[in-house]
Amino acid sequence: MSARLTTRQVGDVTVIDAVGRITLGEGSALLRDTVKNLVAAGNKKLLLNLGEVSYIDSSGVGELVYSYTTVTSQQGQFKLLNLTKRVEDLLQITKLYTVFEVHDDETRAVRSFS
Amino acid sequence: MTGITDTLLASTLASVDSAEAMVVESAAALGLDEDARMDLGLAIREAMVNAVAHGNEYSPDKQVRLILETRTDAVRVTIIDQGEGFDLNKVPDPTQGENLMRESGRGLLLMQAFVDEFSVKRSATGGAEVVLVKYASDTGR
Repeated sequence: MSARLTTRQVGDVTVIDAVGRITLGEGSALLRDTVKNLVAAGNKKLLLNLGEVSYIDSSGVGELVYSYTTVTSQQGQFKLLNLTKRVEDLLQITKLYTVFEVHDDETRAVRSFS
Repeated sequence: MTGITDTLLASTLASVDSAEAMVVESAAALGLDEDARMDLGLAIREAMVNAVAHGNEYSPDKQVRLILETRTDAVRVTIIDQGEGFDLNKVPDPTQGENLMRESGRGLLLMQAFVDEFSVKRSATGGAEVVLVKYASDTGR
């Protein structure tokens, strides 16, 4: 199953709900385009919900890095929500776990944005 | 079921998907659990992307050879491209310093993390030859 992304607004935070696989090709390009378009439209508080993402490859990890650097370079904030064990393992292995702010509760995650 | 299949694949992203599916199906037949199958599938995916994109540079004139050996205790996969090959010792560590925030360069790290045995060498024809082994139980780790 390839990736599907939907966005919703919770206060001034944009939550991106991802479902499926974020891998080289369709999935990673979709995430890149979504983040790029949100930032271009002035949305600078992004929360990526990965709770329904079964699988991410190195290209998908690269897109998480792209998302983070794109948003923070515009003085925004990019955070992650609901990591599956597999995605958490990937971030540990790549040592990116300390780079991203990770939450497991959406309400608290939304409140954490300044 | 044990045996060896030797397949030539085009240098396309579709080949990455089909190689992953082929290997994961064999791993399931061998009895690897879902986590182990996903680990192996990810490693195969990374090796195939390296072969297709970096080795063969998506050339329609080059192919990727995939040798899938299913043993009673393990799945052994050899992936050979027709590129220039590479020296593993010269690949930057993606977890260190300025490399940490690069958007690419993590494929080899993930391959090594998700299989029980990993090796890479220059093949007889000059391209990269990557071998990945996943055991049916934790005994191989």
